[in-house]
Amino acid sequence: MSADTVAADPGHAVDGHDEHATTTGLSHTKLAMWVFLGSECLLFGGLISTYLLYKTRGNGRTLPTDVFDIPFTSVSSFVLLMSSLTMVLALSAVSRGEDEAGRTWLLATALLGGVFIGGQVYEFTSFVREGVAFTTNPASSAFFTLTGFHGVHVSLGIVMLMSLFVASVKGKLTQRNAETVEIVGLYWHFVDIVWIFIFTVIYLIPAD
Amino acid sequence: MSDTTTTEHPEPEADEAVEHHDEGHAHPSDWAYVKIAVVLAAITALEVFTYFETVLDWGVALVPSLIFMMIVKFYLVATWFMHLRFDSKLFGRMFTAGLILAVGVYLVTLTVFEFWV
Repeated sequence: MSADTVAADPGHAVDGHDEHATTTGLSHTKLAMWVFLGSECLLFGGLISTYLLYKTRGNGRTLPTDVFDIPFTSVSSFVLLMSSLTMVLALSAVSRGEDEAGRTWLLATALLGGVFIGGQVYEFTSFVREGVAFTTNPASSAFFTLTGFHGVHVSLGIVMLMSLFVASVKGKLTQRNAETVEIVGLYWHFVDIVWIFIFTVIYLIPAD
Repeated sequence: MSDTTTTEHPEPEADEAVEHHDEGHAHPSDWAYVKIAVVLAAITALEVFTYFETVLDWGVALVPSLIFMMIVKFYLVATWFMHLRFDSKLFGRMFTAGLILAVGVYLVTLTVFEFWV
């Protein structure tokens, strides 16, 4: 057995954590989340495609690429990336029955997500000040729609994380139902993965 | 740790003490997660470096390099943090199906804009 693999999977229906056996032997909730995330690929695929097709269509006005603040966005990206670490540490702690540590990591994840959203609000505000608003041109509309949708996903993730935190404080989130943390974690990591894609394709790859 | 765990999942590198559970699938230790996060941070730093770097001329290698680094980050998060490496393959297939469909739709759309308009 590897030294790096230690904790039991809290989301697997046949491992004894789930009282309800399923026909597939897998947790249906977890399977449903994966199907949902697969469909989310289509949503973000469409939004990213739209931006890539319109990114140079500025109608003679300022393009989003002209006002990108790469150092700032790099820090935001790093923050979101590290929130994936805290998320997975939260799951690990709850799976081991360490509720206090689990709460700490859940709160840390929510805070890092909050920092990312704060950064996005700042970025949007500065873009508008520099003449790039939602309706300025097709490129800006596509940019704000894409990053705005991502921001909404992060915000919903923060709400879910805080719900888990409150449930844990009330004693309703224990090792027994750690699968709930894993489901929220999958969503959170997906949001991170989408940003990994957006950061490279939208921000770092030159527009022309 | 159950025998099922040791036989069904690939073995990451071994170097630390192992806790044993009587049931369930193997998941990485916290230290393994931290190591993955350090790798992700390093790749991100390298990505940002390509943006500011002015001495080296990346030329046509810039975009493929950035895409390669993006894919590595994507893979690491999906396999380690989302546990696709350790979970049932069915979960990965569900996700991959959506991903392939999304990329396919984009490529078709791009083709339409490039060749048919």
